[in-house]
Amino acid sequence: MANSFTCNIVSAEASIFSGTVEQVIASGVMGDLGVLPGHAPLLTELQPGPVRVIYDGGAEENFYVTGGFMEVQPDVVTILADAASRASDLNEAAAEEARQQALKAFNDKSSELDYTRAAAELAEAVAQLRTIQQLRKKAGKG
Amino acid sequence: MAAAKEIRTQIGSIKNTQKITSAMEMVAASKMRKAQDLMRASQPYAKQIRNVVGHIADANPEYTHDYMVERSEVKRVGYIVVSTDRGLCGGLNHNLFKALLKQASEWKKQGAEQDFCALGAKASTFFRNYGGNLVAAKSGLGEAPTVEGLIGSIKVMLEAYDEGRLDRLYVVHNEFVNTMTQKPVVRQLLPLSPDIGADAEQDDENARPGSWDYLYEPDAKALLDSLLVRFIESQVYQAVVENGACEQAARMIAMKSATDNAGGLIDDLEMVYNKARQAAITQEISEIVGGAAAV
Repeated sequence: MANSFTCNIVSAEASIFSGTVEQVIASGVMGDLGVLPGHAPLLTELQPGPVRVIYDGGAEENFYVTGGFMEVQPDVVTILADAASRASDLNEAAAEEARQQALKAFNDKSSELDYTRAAAELAEAVAQLRTIQQLRKKAGKG
Repeated sequence: MAAAKEIRTQIGSIKNTQKITSAMEMVAASKMRKAQDLMRASQPYAKQIRNVVGHIADANPEYTHDYMVERSEVKRVGYIVVSTDRGLCGGLNHNLFKALLKQASEWKKQGAEQDFCALGAKASTFFRNYGGNLVAAKSGLGEAPTVEGLIGSIKVMLEAYDEGRLDRLYVVHNEFVNTMTQKPVVRQLLPLSPDIGADAEQDDENARPGSWDYLYEPDAKALLDSLLVRFIESQVYQAVVENGACEQAARMIAMKSATDNAGGLIDDLEMVYNKARQAAITQEISEIVGGAAAV
């Protein structure tokens, strides 16, 4: 059996990544999942968070998506991201600020606010931080 | 010399118009490049989501979504009409509305009512005059339309479909063939045509129709609901950006021919002006000669 498969990551504005990989790790709405070659067909919604692709030979790359869908076929994985960016482009300070702001909006009961939106913003900021921390941890190890 | 002076003023005013049209041509040319980039950038997503939906159509799913089922009786059809916000782009909008009306009259013959959703100011104006049943309108999308800007209008149409007020949904827009040619097309969005799977297969060697099914997370209904809505949104967005590229191309061509026509008009008028000037000189000479002979 082939030990690699094709992975495409596209967002509405651009094609982010396309290539042959060994494993894809993404955060689905029901938890993180890793996909290896020959996986059964699967459709899942993604939650905001990191997507890791691992190439032949162990090198890997991180992406950040704000949600979307993942389709798994035995020899191709397609990620339809709402918005995606390379994790190395993320800015930790900006993400932390967004988290603080979302938290503030969430706790500030006097202001007229849309809870669902605040919750979504908070989840997004936390997911960005998670991606950055994962990237940092790996850099520390290596 | 009064006639000559008049002609000179006319030439001056045409030259001014020519300057404006040639400036507009250049602006449209540069905007067209940007609009084409936008169109190209959104193509991978539209293609991939089409493939995925094609796979779903090929599969034998545990849950068949309402969007994939052909309704036996068509009582009402909906059209999402994508037009431009501004004019001066040749027959682009006019051709589009003609194609729409042709389709619409066919449905009318079969006794189906029609609802329209107008994207772009020109479509709103058109329906105000034509008097169709306009249920949603959105204009001022600008040169870089966003999916967010379209969601509202799309939702109105999808809700109507969900509630059974519409049995079919079309999107009407211009297809960008090349800079010189834009073709109005009427494409069916809902129900998803059964050949979408076959369509996707043509450029996807991984397709394999059969009796398999996906694993779904969280569950099939919730997932297909949001995926198919996303698919429709991406198709409409693609139509809007493509129409944007068409608009700029059509405007560029229209302005180019306006500039050329102004040049032709100026040449003609200059000829008339020279003749008038020559006639005046000849007349003066003959008057002088006549005067001298009389002395």
